[in-house]
Amino acid sequence: MGKAELPLHAPGTRVDKGYIGQSVPRPNAKRLLQGRGAFVDDLRFPRLAHVAFFRSPHAHARIKRLDFGNALKSAGVIDVFDGRAVAEYCTPWVGVLAHLKGIKSPPQHAIAIERACWQGEAVAAVVAESRTQAEDAVDLIDADWEELPAVLDMDEALSGRCVIHPELGDNICFKREHDTGGVDEAFAKADLVVEETYRFGRHTGVCLEGRSILADYNAAEHTLTVHHSTQAPHMMQDVFSRHLGIPEANVRVIARDVGGSFGIKVHVYPDEMATAALSVMLRRPVKFVADRLESFLTDIHAREHKVTIRLACSKDGEILAFDLDDLSAIGPYSVYPRTSGIEGNQVVNLTGGPYKHQKYRAKLNVVFTNKNVTCQYRAVGHPIAVALTEGIVDLAAQNLKMDPAEFRRRNLIPDDAYPYTFPSGVKFEKLSHHQCLDQLLGLMNYASLRKEQADLRGRNIFRGIGLAAMIEVTNPSPAFYGVGGARISAQDGATLRLEPTGMVTVMCSVTEQGQGTEGIFAQIAASAVGVSMDKVRVITGDTGVTPYGGGTWASRGAGIGGEAVLLAGRALLSNILDVASKVLNLEKETLDIENNAIVDKLTQEKKMPLEELGRITYFRPDILPLDFQAELTVTRHYTPREYAFTFTNGIQASLVEVDTDTGFVKLLKHWCVEDSGTVINPMLVDEQLRGGVAEGIGAALYEECLYSPEGQLLNGNMADYVVPMSGEIPDIVCAHIETPTRQSQLGAKGVGEAGTAGAPGAVMNAINDALAPLGARVTAMPFTPERILRALGRIA
Amino acid sequence: MKAPAFAYVKPSTLDAVFELLERHGEGAKLLAGGQSLIPSLNMRLSAPELLIDITGLREYAGIHASVDSVRIGALTTHAEIERSAEIGKHLPLVARAVSHIAHPAIRNRGTLGGSLALADPAAEYPACAVALEATIVVSGRNGERRIKAEQFFKGLFETDLKPGEVVTAAEFPVAGRNDKSVFLELSRRRGDYAIIGLAAHNSRFVFFGAGTKPVLAGNAASKTSLQEARAALATDLDPPADLYNSSATKLHLAGVLLERAWNTLSTSH
Repeated sequence: MGKAELPLHAPGTRVDKGYIGQSVPRPNAKRLLQGRGAFVDDLRFPRLAHVAFFRSPHAHARIKRLDFGNALKSAGVIDVFDGRAVAEYCTPWVGVLAHLKGIKSPPQHAIAIERACWQGEAVAAVVAESRTQAEDAVDLIDADWEELPAVLDMDEALSGRCVIHPELGDNICFKREHDTGGVDEAFAKADLVVEETYRFGRHTGVCLEGRSILADYNAAEHTLTVHHSTQAPHMMQDVFSRHLGIPEANVRVIARDVGGSFGIKVHVYPDEMATAALSVMLRRPVKFVADRLESFLTDIHAREHKVTIRLACSKDGEILAFDLDDLSAIGPYSVYPRTSGIEGNQVVNLTGGPYKHQKYRAKLNVVFTNKNVTCQYRAVGHPIAVALTEGIVDLAAQNLKMDPAEFRRRNLIPDDAYPYTFPSGVKFEKLSHHQCLDQLLGLMNYASLRKEQADLRGRNIFRGIGLAAMIEVTNPSPAFYGVGGARISAQDGATLRLEPTGMVTVMCSVTEQGQGTEGIFAQIAASAVGVSMDKVRVITGDTGVTPYGGGTWASRGAGIGGEAVLLAGRALLSNILDVASKVLNLEKETLDIENNAIVDKLTQEKKMPLEELGRITYFRPDILPLDFQAELTVTRHYTPREYAFTFTNGIQASLVEVDTDTGFVKLLKHWCVEDSGTVINPMLVDEQLRGGVAEGIGAALYEECLYSPEGQLLNGNMADYVVPMSGEIPDIVCAHIETPTRQSQLGAKGVGEAGTAGAPGAVMNAINDALAPLGARVTAMPFTPERILRALGRIA
Repeated sequence: MKAPAFAYVKPSTLDAVFELLERHGEGAKLLAGGQSLIPSLNMRLSAPELLIDITGLREYAGIHASVDSVRIGALTTHAEIERSAEIGKHLPLVARAVSHIAHPAIRNRGTLGGSLALADPAAEYPACAVALEATIVVSGRNGERRIKAEQFFKGLFETDLKPGEVVTAAEFPVAGRNDKSVFLELSRRRGDYAIIGLAAHNSRFVFFGAGTKPVLAGNAASKTSLQEARAALATDLDPPADLYNSSATKLHLAGVLLERAWNTLSTSH
């Protein structure tokens, strides 16, 4: 079978050709390991200036006076600017979307004008010959502040007693209510109603490489080149163009190597916009690299929800309805351009997701507070929806004295029920909950773990097993952002070019963040065209080079970017065979490409190396027929449109041991069975899952941005903000069910966020399972030793 | 952040160090492994005029065991202590403690002297020194002084060191055949600062992360039953709350460690 006849992994077919489904090492890994990455901070430019920001020490304060006199005299200082000066060059933005009805947020400036609304908000910029000199001068800025009342608690914010932005009338950024009807009736007739309130700590994604930007304005051309550690170069091209008043064609955004992003680097940050504006103002390159302390103060935070959920079920364990009330605090601004309403919106969309109940009601309030802004971080809303659903499901099972796995089996949507519309309105193409559950229980040896658990309880060893089934949004269509008016591309493109030497160059609009995107594009391109991996070069992250596209977010790189590469690869194969047909004077249909050569499709007899075809095409086209023009550069695009999202599903399990004297939780093992459709590179997929689980474990046990009652971030450093390290992470066993999406030829769904989505709920359920014989439960993440000791009544 | 500007000098004799300390006074800081000093510089929490790098004074590094004591030079790194067969044999408490200090890369640089001189109340060595009744050896212009560990640690980051003095070594009595010791530390991540820790040697229970300096739980140790000892602990300790743990939580955890150490000491041989 030739490559032209792929679907590479369609239902019922076996992938026995090419690189799809193989754990091929990433071509770019060696370069990174040898320290030859090109991150923004590695770049050297003549006349490069450095910016450091003077940031508000207060959570909420009026700027009465800023005196730059001493700062301007400091060694190496080029200039110092306040918000008004920068606003002359950079217009403010408003983080709202039309399809989030009623969402509101005030205009936000690159540098705050008149008022700072969180501790860490930039209020002045110092540009100097070096970062050290800029920091020295920041210390010399003299500021007078009038402190304003700070709203820090989300209930206080909701009450509206003190309104942060008086022009908005209240502190509510966004609210939503969803009701299928019949919820009260379902609760009235239920045999069992369980209710619980869960709290999710505010935390953040911690990237190895901090946010980095180097903006280089060229006044002679009126062009702006931005080297940016970003997930979305084209989105940023549009944003820089609009807000700096430079034609889009004159803005080029280059994202070479990016040291992790996790959703942190897909937002518009005021200090980054200011850096670009400063480059225009000073007509020279200006660089800003957020240091670790700035990252904690200003990288988007996420979560911070308080949710009360109720579940109604019958005595046989049939779930009848969920009823949900979510309150979430997002800081003083809705973040541009994705808004800060999406996380709460996802909680409403996804809660109860794996189950077949028909009645559902949800209420959401998203409020402003005087803390750092929150926005979309890996798995956006999913960890909350999954933990809520799975926490209350376990509580119901416990009340019914039913095994939690059995309870889930009775309620999971049957594998033959698709396509399926969930009561929140989202649609599922094809999921495999029961297959995943069966595989998980076998993989973890569930029955014997339960027996071991019971035996150990007799010896005062408290082990717990927690399950978390989930659904996950991947491959988003324009329904995510585009319909709301955001200029965020849901489509992506790939250009493939056969070089004269027989090499294939791939240029794709989806970006590499360190997760291996370029590696899978090389696999797909090589497989589609019929060349070996060493013949493929991949270029991403440059608006001046690649087709237009959305970049990396919402688990879309493989499913959307990968499909574009596949389609372009097939088109290139076809075009190459057109040339071969002319050169060899053979019917195109009898030819194929195998192992870097034109071959006879039937006999696999080698006809001509691709290198020779390249030579003829580019240097001796005179021997080709006059009416024929070779086209060895092709571009294809892909947008998922049939479903708003290509949902994936999976289930995780956690095994823990709780030390009931110290409140410490020891993670013994974690399992993850995921159906992300076609698996392109099993090693990369498993490591995506494991990395995601590690971040989910961080949320469950360790990570929280702590603020003082005055709104001061208390733990904004790597010693006090506790990110789990390899020593804290248990073995994570991964397995897969593969239900390819039929919307694409490739069949791949996303997998980047699944681990993070499911792990917190699984760990929470495991802890509560361990504590159950002691009559204790915990529901506020992260589950610190103190919180567990308090639940156990060991401390007051 | 970038460190504020400072001058740097690397003298080759202790006398030269004394002279620099005398000349620059409070403006000078000694740089050994840099375990705590470099982060404080890089966060602009400290802005000394002069860093005196003492790592060139190699005669103050090394481990020397004699019949009744082990002398550890101030510039000996945690990694050297961790790998030392003599420490393992003669100072089992220290050998157990050292792997709790940060991470391997930091243990390659951090020094015993730096840890003792800084006197971080959550650090491992000061507690071990007090539990083992070590002697801290310091040198200054006027010669050498030998100070019992219990007297050396005076308060939060405060020691008996006088201006111009430098810690040069610590001497630990060799553990005897019948001595028993236990080292326990609770931290949420391996290598983090202790929430609470206990260095116990025979009946000397010394807690760290429990006050402004290593705290010898004398009242608890004087009790004959574990129950009385746990109850008495509240009179020995009043641990300060940290970001994640209240004082009450830390006292509870100290009691758990006391119980575990007590049980180990009374059963192991």
